[in-house]
Amino acid sequence: MSDTPLLEIRDLSKTFGSVQALTDVDFEVRAGEVMALVGDNGAGKSTLIKCIAGIHGYDSGEISFGGEEVHIHGPKDAAKLGIEVVYQDLALCDNLDVVQNMYLGREIRDFLFRLKEPVMEQRTTETLKGLRVTTIRSIRQAVATLSGGQRQSVAVARAVMWNSKLVILDEPTAALGVAQTEQVLELVRRLAEQGLAVVLISHNLHDIFETATRITVLRLGRNVGVYERAATTQQEVVHAITAGIPTKVSGITDVDPGVVA
Amino acid sequence: MSTADVAAPDLGPQGAEEREGIWQRTIGNIKSGNLGVLPVVLGEILIVAYFSFTATNFFTAGNFVNVILQMAGVTMIAYGVVFVLLLGEIDLSIGYLSGIAAVTAASMQLPDGRNYPGWLAILIGLAVVAVIGTAQGTVIAKIGVPSFVVTLAGLLIWQGVILQVLELRGVIIIETNWINYAATYYFSATASWLIAAIITGAYALVELGGVIGQRRAGLSVRPWMPAIKLAAVAVACFGTVAVCNHATKPAACPEGTPLTASCTQPQGLPLAAVLMLVFLVGLTFLAKRTTFGRHVYAVGGNAEAARRAGINVARIRILVFTLSGVMAGVGGMVLAARLQSVNLQAGGGTLLLDSISAAVIGGVSLFGGRGEVRGALLGSLVIATVANGLNIGNYSTGTIYIVTGIILLLAVTLDSVARRLQERSGR
Repeated sequence: MSDTPLLEIRDLSKTFGSVQALTDVDFEVRAGEVMALVGDNGAGKSTLIKCIAGIHGYDSGEISFGGEEVHIHGPKDAAKLGIEVVYQDLALCDNLDVVQNMYLGREIRDFLFRLKEPVMEQRTTETLKGLRVTTIRSIRQAVATLSGGQRQSVAVARAVMWNSKLVILDEPTAALGVAQTEQVLELVRRLAEQGLAVVLISHNLHDIFETATRITVLRLGRNVGVYERAATTQQEVVHAITAGIPTKVSGITDVDPGVVA
Repeated sequence: MSTADVAAPDLGPQGAEEREGIWQRTIGNIKSGNLGVLPVVLGEILIVAYFSFTATNFFTAGNFVNVILQMAGVTMIAYGVVFVLLLGEIDLSIGYLSGIAAVTAASMQLPDGRNYPGWLAILIGLAVVAVIGTAQGTVIAKIGVPSFVVTLAGLLIWQGVILQVLELRGVIIIETNWINYAATYYFSATASWLIAAIITGAYALVELGGVIGQRRAGLSVRPWMPAIKLAAVAVACFGTVAVCNHATKPAACPEGTPLTASCTQPQGLPLAAVLMLVFLVGLTFLAKRTTFGRHVYAVGGNAEAARRAGINVARIRILVFTLSGVMAGVGGMVLAARLQSVNLQAGGGTLLLDSISAAVIGGVSLFGGRGEVRGALLGSLVIATVANGLNIGNYSTGTIYIVTGIILLLAVTLDSVARRLQERSGR
């Protein structure tokens, strides 16, 4: 794991009309780590993610990626940088098979506009194998026939297939059973092992303490703190989520005990 | 990663499927609601068997050719309907759009009018419906008006236009063979055999290419599936030609035969059959082997997912309604060729409902995302067979409607049940 962050956000603010959704939020994630992003409903997790993914614009603040300042104006800018988001509702087409979903919108064609199925099939196999997703019986079966965990695996595999550097997972285990949750968390850890930066949004602290390297807590659109997983407890994080005091008020950084970064 | 790695035996996907065998896979497909063409093929066999026993003159070579000619127009329109249904939309304007195309083409070729060559008249007719289809699609995709309403308005408008245009003439006779041959031209017996051979050969080459491509990519190949498909195609092609060549038509008798004798000559494969096949192959290619087709399935399956994957959903919708208009136009020309004229009834009657029914009976889901182009051909064959059999059996038009309606109801019920099965197997 490198110490310089892959993605670094400084003083990001965002308003929706008169609602201040994010106020001077800092956020960073390093290559090779799983950064959990937690907070109660309305804390601004989704807004922050959407700013990174280019779905929302932001009012003020700086985003740097790989050490250089960048401006993300749309989803295509984010994709170009190597940022991929796996949304909660997965965004898979149930009627298409695994290969077709993996290449949806980025199909490989020859000069006659014909799809090159064998190539896509082979690369899908390689990607799934690289992530050790072995439970899928056939990559030519429709996604509708897969279990929740398998579907999540396909969605994640699709995100990492495109030389992405940063993968953002929005509630990846929300709808899954115990065994399938374990399967997906294992996959999340493996992404980080392979050198990707991973942002994990979750309400489930158990999942977070099992996978995350660090934990960023937001509350009411402000930073509460960043915690090292190894040096904190679930109680401390719960306290930060429900009653944490913002670290930055009017640009003055408040030093909170237990805050590392 | 090397190719050897990919083919490694620890990989579940391909290996498991190969061991499993074709029957388990078929049964698995049926259980999960993936019925394919099975119900419609079984239904057609039952219908043919029933009429063969109850109606005289039904199971004859000549009537076989008749059914081909009767189904051709509806089949062409239904090909376009397949794409619209795949999106989960509906197009109610296709009936009268087919009439618009035919009326346009017919008036372009009038000797006392524009007198354009036949091919140009056809192109102009198709261009007009392409523009109309695109316009309707744009209103649906860009403004967000439901397709049901937009095309219902289209149904009324284009019917009105046909009535206005033909008000004085009432009927336009088509004299150009460019159009009329679609229903009146028959290949010679030799040419028919040749066509069957060419189609089978071409299909074999395509399948072979696919197998070679898979092998080159290091994927395991199931050689019996292409072999079975090839056999089915060969049987269908040569079977059709054999029956068509067996059919006869009245002919001038050679000199010296008694005046009372009636003479016949072999009829051969009608051009209409070849046209249906050409469009079947072309549109299946479009649906299954191109990005456009893939995106149509994706939008029909989950439009939001398609949008997030970077697919221009509005563009796909508009293009599908363009295609629907064009195929309606092609169907309209074929229907006009049968009458060798267009009249005030062009595009009316049960044409619209027959076309949509054909696609649905052929297994294309009304819920979007599921179905094949060939379903239109099979569904249209069922409808034409029923109408033909009941006609020969001297049943009334009412009976034909009732029976067709019941078959449609069965098909839609089957579709809904299949969908539920699929959701259940989705766990």
